[in-house]
Amino acid sequence: MNSNSILVFLVLLAPFWSTLVLTVVYPLRRSGKPAGIFSILCILGSLVFSLILLFSKNFDFSFNFSWLPSLSGPMAQVGFWYDKISGMMIIVVSLVALMVQIYSLGYLSSETKPSLGRYFLYQSLFAFSMLGLVLANNFLELFIFWELVGLCSYLLIGFWYHKPEAAKAAVKAFWVTRFGDIGLIIAIILLWNKTGTFDYQTIFSLVESGALEQSFLILISILIFLGAMGKSAQFPLHIWLPDAMEGPTPVSALIHAATMVAAGVYLVIRLFPFFQASPFTLNLIAYIGSFTALLGAVLASKQDDIKRVLAYSTVSQLGFMMAALGVGAWVASYFHLFTHAYFKALLFLAAGSVIHAVGSNSLSAMGKLAQKMKWTSMGFLFGALALSGVWPFSGFFSKDEILLGVITSGKIIPSIFLLLTTFLSGFYIFRVIFLAFFSTAKSQIHPHESPKVMLFPILILAALALSSGLIQQNFLNFLEETPTWHSFSALKVIVPAISLGLGILGIFLAWLFFQKQKKVPQVLALSLRPISKAIDNKFYLDNFYEFMYAQGMLLLSFLIGWIDRYLVDGMVNLAAWSTGRLGVLLRVFQTGKAQDYLIGIGLGVLILIIWIL
Amino acid sequence: MNLSFYLILSALLFSLGFFTVITRKNAIGILLGIELLINAVNINFIAFAKYLGNPVGVVFVLFTIALTVAEVAIGLAIVILIFRVRKTVEADQIDWLKG
Repeated sequence: MNSNSILVFLVLLAPFWSTLVLTVVYPLRRSGKPAGIFSILCILGSLVFSLILLFSKNFDFSFNFSWLPSLSGPMAQVGFWYDKISGMMIIVVSLVALMVQIYSLGYLSSETKPSLGRYFLYQSLFAFSMLGLVLANNFLELFIFWELVGLCSYLLIGFWYHKPEAAKAAVKAFWVTRFGDIGLIIAIILLWNKTGTFDYQTIFSLVESGALEQSFLILISILIFLGAMGKSAQFPLHIWLPDAMEGPTPVSALIHAATMVAAGVYLVIRLFPFFQASPFTLNLIAYIGSFTALLGAVLASKQDDIKRVLAYSTVSQLGFMMAALGVGAWVASYFHLFTHAYFKALLFLAAGSVIHAVGSNSLSAMGKLAQKMKWTSMGFLFGALALSGVWPFSGFFSKDEILLGVITSGKIIPSIFLLLTTFLSGFYIFRVIFLAFFSTAKSQIHPHESPKVMLFPILILAALALSSGLIQQNFLNFLEETPTWHSFSALKVIVPAISLGLGILGIFLAWLFFQKQKKVPQVLALSLRPISKAIDNKFYLDNFYEFMYAQGMLLLSFLIGWIDRYLVDGMVNLAAWSTGRLGVLLRVFQTGKAQDYLIGIGLGVLILIIWIL
Repeated sequence: MNLSFYLILSALLFSLGFFTVITRKNAIGILLGIELLINAVNINFIAFAKYLGNPVGVVFVLFTIALTVAEVAIGLAIVILIFRVRKTVEADQIDWLKG
């Protein structure tokens, strides 16, 4: 094992060490803030190691350990695969996790010490699981970390478990993602059954050599994508994400930027050689992704809760990434994942700062915050500009890559959906900006700027939201990918211009409606009453699921009840009844009279004699 | 005399005894039937002892007679005890074996 392998190990061990120490060393965990500082130092270690790895320019190595040894060779391998994709990702994960943890020190300062320690324990475990997921080099390991990520998000969404909504949201997130995970584990088992290996690269080479038939590939890739849909909140499994807002805001930032939801997109990027082999699945991904993008954007436009706007915005942006993957533009998708991680974390942290100051999530309780909270407002504005794709913020570059990729692929419907989404992104995020930071001040709130420990991460992320797009060319060179759409020189100018135009149009409309207070939204809402009502009800998807779930459960329990009552009980009763009947039959012969028994003996002897003779 | 005559006699006696044991209602009668059974067996023993020229059979019969005396004594004692409890010695009314 060379020094780089050891470094990869250290990246993973740092948060694991923190988890372990915080679990075992009880006084440290109960001490609150020191626990947080310890956890932050560990994740900082991860970040430093990942950066050292990146600059050592030694990519594409992996190593394995045998696990579950048996007579005929080890049953499974565990190991790590460090290449440019995972190398980039671990930096994003550890950086965002670091920022979020620092921010949490300020945001959760009113928590009791033990629960703060618990929070950082979960945070460390979360960072560890996500880093493990990114570095995994086989399906088995992937699945273990995948579930760990799910578990951590459950724990963190339900961090305020005494709030019924939070507990409910946590369970919902767990169940909905678990639904997707069923697909993933079936796919892994089928793959293992077919190929006898969990290893990514072995399976990739099998796919490349055409050893697996097309129908099998389609089945497996759809099942894997089901897992990614659950985690990355793609329609129709997106319903858990908005509810996950019940967790503390920094948790939302972490889940939405770098960990939980990024896992699904990352999975598809990581397994892209696999997906590439089944065009059918890619098509499906493109349509689901673009539809999710539009759906998320539409829903985001009418939320009152600032965090819910951001949640639907994440759904929408994840749809963007998936759509890009669906047309084969994985580089664009990855780039968007990279920039989105920063600006979405930034938006969440800034929103958290606002919530911290106002004491409410509701947009109607905010207004004119820009005067009181200069830094926070600036951070939020930077994030919003990046999200709506205004030059030179990062979203501009990554979104245009995706749009270029999708448009040049010639898929009309996804292109239209994504362009509409671009327009709506500008609209809904600037709606928040105008309602919360400008427009008129509401009620008797006395907002104040957040403490420095919260502003520091916001400023760092704001800088990244501004700059991370500018390294686009370096990013592409680094991944040694030249996207095919870069040869369309005319489109290269037109598409960014259109998307920029649409984004600015959205911003302008938001300004018109919410700053100038034109009566248009109300008029629109009145004239489009059914649609507006449908949006308020999240297009009835939740009701639909609840109905399906409740009715399905009723039907299932009825069926099981019937089986229990008539089949299981019936069998038990049958055994008892038949024994009883047999007893009644036999007791006829048991007269209790010696003479009758003697007749029996005599008959028996007679039969024996006849039989022997 | 031929062996088979003795065996036929013994078989007849055994059958009579068995019939008595099964059909008699009176416990004393049943005891008498048992005597018939044992004596049928005794005839067999002696017949074979004579036929094979082996005196062991005769010795066996002596033992059997002694045992029969003991058996009758015990049997009568049981009958008397049953009579004391149930005031009857009719076999078909004694069904204590039935649970």
